[in-house]
Amino acid sequence: MIEIKNLHKSYKMGSNSLHVLKGINFSVEEGELVAIMGSSGSGKSTLLNILGMLDELDEGSYTLDGVPIKNLNETKAAQYRNKFLGFIFQSFNLINYKTAAENVALPLYYQKVGRKERHEKALKYLERVGLKEWATHLPSELSGGQKQRVAIARAMAAEPKVLLADEPTGALDSKTSYEVMDLIQKINDAGNTILIVTHEPDIADMCKRIVHLKDGVIVEDKKIEQVRASQYV
Amino acid sequence: MFDLERWQEIFDTIRKNKLRTFLTGLSVASGIFILVILLGFGQGMQNGIAKEFESDSATSIWIWTETTQKAHKGLNPGRQIQFRNEDYTTIVDKMDLTLDQKSAFYLPQNITTTYKDDALIYRVMGTTNGAQFLENQDMLEGRFITIKDESQVEKVAVISDKIQREAFTDVDNPVGEYIKISNIPFKIIGVYKDKAGEREENRIFIPITTAQKVFNGADKLDNLVFSSPPAANFDEAVQQSITLKTKIDTYLRQAHSIAPDDEGGIGINNQMENAKRFYALTGNIKLFFWFVGLCTIIAGVVGVSNIMLIVVKERTKEIGIRKALGAKPWSIIGMILHESVFVTAISGFTGLIFSMGLLELIGPNIEVDYIVNPSVDFNVAMSTVFLLVVAGAIAGFFPAWRAASIHTIDALRDE
Repeated sequence: MIEIKNLHKSYKMGSNSLHVLKGINFSVEEGELVAIMGSSGSGKSTLLNILGMLDELDEGSYTLDGVPIKNLNETKAAQYRNKFLGFIFQSFNLINYKTAAENVALPLYYQKVGRKERHEKALKYLERVGLKEWATHLPSELSGGQKQRVAIARAMAAEPKVLLADEPTGALDSKTSYEVMDLIQKINDAGNTILIVTHEPDIADMCKRIVHLKDGVIVEDKKIEQVRASQYV
Repeated sequence: MFDLERWQEIFDTIRKNKLRTFLTGLSVASGIFILVILLGFGQGMQNGIAKEFESDSATSIWIWTETTQKAHKGLNPGRQIQFRNEDYTTIVDKMDLTLDQKSAFYLPQNITTTYKDDALIYRVMGTTNGAQFLENQDMLEGRFITIKDESQVEKVAVISDKIQREAFTDVDNPVGEYIKISNIPFKIIGVYKDKAGEREENRIFIPITTAQKVFNGADKLDNLVFSSPPAANFDEAVQQSITLKTKIDTYLRQAHSIAPDDEGGIGINNQMENAKRFYALTGNIKLFFWFVGLCTIIAGVVGVSNIMLIVVKERTKEIGIRKALGAKPWSIIGMILHESVFVTAISGFTGLIFSMGLLELIGPNIEVDYIVNPSVDFNVAMSTVFLLVVAGAIAGFFPAWRAASIHTIDALRDE
């Protein structure tokens, strides 16, 4: 599904440049649930941004579902993001003047799906995250866990190939975190490929594979026995 | 533009950001409102001044006498000039001038006028047939002084509508009644109405020959009035009028031994020159109003673009989210542009409707000198709104373009 070879990325900070990713080789199969771990400054967010086509790589290659991702202009990148990727952010990033259902329907708007069908699909995905009754509520009327579930529903609404989650539980207490992880595991069980960036070991243990990043290189890449979140809920 | 989904998206945004939309709209609507009101009053002033110049025939030249101020050909200054019949006949018959209308006035002094036993405190003026046109008068009853009245020295008089209302309350029609001027009975033959209004209606006209003969006028004249024939356009009319004035002035100065550079002696009022000055003045005022109006619109446009900048700033994160979800740059630009054009257009029309309604409502009721029926050309107003919409699009474009070019990660990080 994801194929990365010899990935380099550096940022210019004034006169000196900061080499963030120093030759990453990494691949993800369909249906995997991967945790990318590392302390802050290890390059894990940069890696996720490149995987999410929010940032461009300097060197190396990136193939997503057989499509080489390189030299994308903004329009093409937007198209690919919409078609291939679903984002889940630490700070939820819901549009605050839109209701839960409208937020979930937004990626479908950019897929040029009709209004009625958008609404139906949005309700379907809200139901899957257990928030159908909250469809007409604004984000400000929802709790943190509920907001993240709306964001997950939104990421799934476009039916992407890969879900990318950047510290999805970073802003949540542990009980809510486990609820969210339970949901993510269930989505993964249904066959979706998911990548999670986190620095919390207990969250990483709930994935099927952990990739450890340190100073821009992968120091560890191991498959683990998944801890089910449902036992804590 | 015709993307229904886009419209729904924009209506959603507007509905959920009422205050922001209202403030943007208000600045645009007030800009249009002020421009239309200003243009309306500019037109009103032009109408008003055009009306002021209806008082006497616009192409006429009035000449009167004064005392001289300079010695000339051995004559002392302070000499009172007196026109004679000869001056008039020379100008009319002997000089090669193209005259449209001509008339002369003699004002008898020390006379009393009565109707039955009531004194009439109105000016009595001897004049000729041509005065009716030059004074811009219409006859309500009877007729004006004719050439026959002049040649037969008839004792007839023409009174005004105002005099009829004030002094002839006992009869339905004053024509055929008699007034006495210094005890000599004059028969009323007509009632006139002056287009300039009542201030020009304080005069009783009698034939000039009668006035001179009966009231010891000999061949004296007090005023000479001439007009040039209508010209193809305003500038030509002014030129014609100035030429006529110069020729008559030169002749009269020569005939009465007045120094060519004497400011006294004779006075000449050229309506056309005055009209030209006022036309230039109203033209300038209108230009000024346009200038002020356009500045107001520019202020409005700057306001719109300012608000759009803030809107973009405020929505940076939202734009980031939309881009992460797959919005293309042009879809972001289109969305912001569409919204700004829609808001400026709607509020522009609102301002237009309000201001035109106001002008329509109060315009005809305004009774101020020099302002008559302020109104605005609908086409001008429409093109102003169109201009504003285009300006709104430009005002919206740069913030929108900036918004679209913000890097998605940076936009997402914006708090």
